Amino acid sequence: MAEWMSLADAIREHVHDGDCVAMEGFTHLIPFAAGHEVIRQRRRNLTLVRMTPDLIYDQMIGAGCAARLMFSWGGNPGVGSLHRFRDAVENNWPAPLAIEERSHSDLANAYVAGAANLPFAVLRGYTGSDLPRVNDRIRTIACPFTGEVLAATPSVRPDVTVIHAQKADWKGNVLLWGILGVQKEAVLAARRVVITVEERVPQLHAPQNACILPAWVVNAVCEVPRGATPSYAHGYYERDNVFYRAWDRIARERETFVRWMEQHVLSTSDFAEYLALQQDAAVQAVYR
Amino acid sequence: MSQSYSADEMMTVAAARMLRNGAVCFVGIGLPSTAANLARLTHAPDAVLIYESGPIGAKPSVLPLSIGDGNLAETADTVVSTPEIFRYWLQGGRIDVGFLGAAQLDRYANINTTVVGSYERPKVRLPGAGGAPEISSSAKEVLIVVKQSKRTFVDKVDFVTSVGYLTGGDSRERAGLPGKGPVAVITDLCILRPDPVTRELMVATLHPGVTRDRIVASTGWPVQFSAECEETEAPRETELAVLRDLKARTAAAHGETGDGA
Repeated sequence: MAEWMSLADAIREHVHDGDCVAMEGFTHLIPFAAGHEVIRQRRRNLTLVRMTPDLIYDQMIGAGCAARLMFSWGGNPGVGSLHRFRDAVENNWPAPLAIEERSHSDLANAYVAGAANLPFAVLRGYTGSDLPRVNDRIRTIACPFTGEVLAATPSVRPDVTVIHAQKADWKGNVLLWGILGVQKEAVLAARRVVITVEERVPQLHAPQNACILPAWVVNAVCEVPRGATPSYAHGYYERDNVFYRAWDRIARERETFVRWMEQHVLSTSDFAEYLALQQDAAVQAVYR
Repeated sequence: MSQSYSADEMMTVAAARMLRNGAVCFVGIGLPSTAANLARLTHAPDAVLIYESGPIGAKPSVLPLSIGDGNLAETADTVVSTPEIFRYWLQGGRIDVGFLGAAQLDRYANINTTVVGSYERPKVRLPGAGGAPEISSSAKEVLIVVKQSKRTFVDKVDFVTSVGYLTGGDSRERAGLPGKGPVAVITDLCILRPDPVTRELMVATLHPGVTRDRIVASTGWPVQFSAECEETEAPRETELAVLRDLKARTAAAHGETGDGA
């Protein structure tokens, strides 16, 4: 049953060293505040799962939280490379990063299989691609009825899934809307669930068929306004495209990245303090 | 001869023209998204644009910077989850045209977006597959839009991320892929189409002012020109006006650059 708590307490209680962690959100509702808190609490040896690692995992990889990454598209959307991800893969900095690479269709199916309590996903995919050659967990299975050969890949079953959503009521029922990505599946596939929300409201007033995650599938719910920035929260704030571009400069060199991380995440006590720093023109002039 | 348009504009306009009105199009971000939206705003108002993040029938007023921009959701007929997009709509066989980009491409239109160099010790680690492997296999047809250079158009791709015609001939059919494969590759220099038998990409039309020598110098394999190779029709005034207007709106909405990449 969902328990309202601070984000720091939720990460302390539910994200442990060595865990398999999925922090989902397809461009929209990326749980950045939670990612920062994982960095702040210096979690190590995590297996990170995300379709699009995005800046959130670039930050966590660069900060040394990850030992393994399962992903399907690792770029800075609309900008270019994820430099910290690349530095880890190409040069083992700050630590070697084992990668398990799949396609979007595969990972989406693998979350569905995880949510459905199935051991593997079946899809029509990968034929002719070199990906199965470098990932021995992409295998094939023959249809028992027709003999058709299909791709089979292990389902995703995170120890903990973390997402950001728009609203939760006092009981901890969570509502999200707009681009939903794989969040519902990622939540239902996980053993433990932490959700940050824009606001806590008395009632959700959601239409029927809305995407609601009932309180009883959630472990911790935390009120973190602007907790998805620099990604966006539909109905609350827009994507900070300027930051996505600035990140390219911040993350390109190790030195700049380390300084930014120290100043913005490790030396701040929570996301509100980070946001205040983002508003400080004198601090930001150095990075933009 | 001086031109009143850039090579990039020629590429985008030529790519947009390939999308027929009413087609259901699975759109990649960047150049494909620019071309698909130009088509929608010119000759193909009823083209249905589907993005992998979930919007179906998106009609963005500005080009999205990311594949999941809010504007795509707000202007869509419906927004579904990402698993639904890939399972019901793409794998379900409802996509007429997959519109893709590429980092590297070979003569059989096989695409690499994974690594330059070896997979284990990459020289350059590229973003990876995204939705492309299943788009290239399941969409009924594929269009590829990419800038042409020796670095991009290579004799052998370092990694096959998404398939074109594999090793040519009937190898794609024999592999049992549901879709027909790439029907055209649109670049800043020319349009290439697969030979009906060998499936090797042949230059079908040259953009105005581009010489055969320039194409040969920009291709990593001994590229062939089809017998009926002609000149691509130059961008029309209206096409350019709509494209420039779209880019200007995008630049104003996103800040300093308007590439919508």
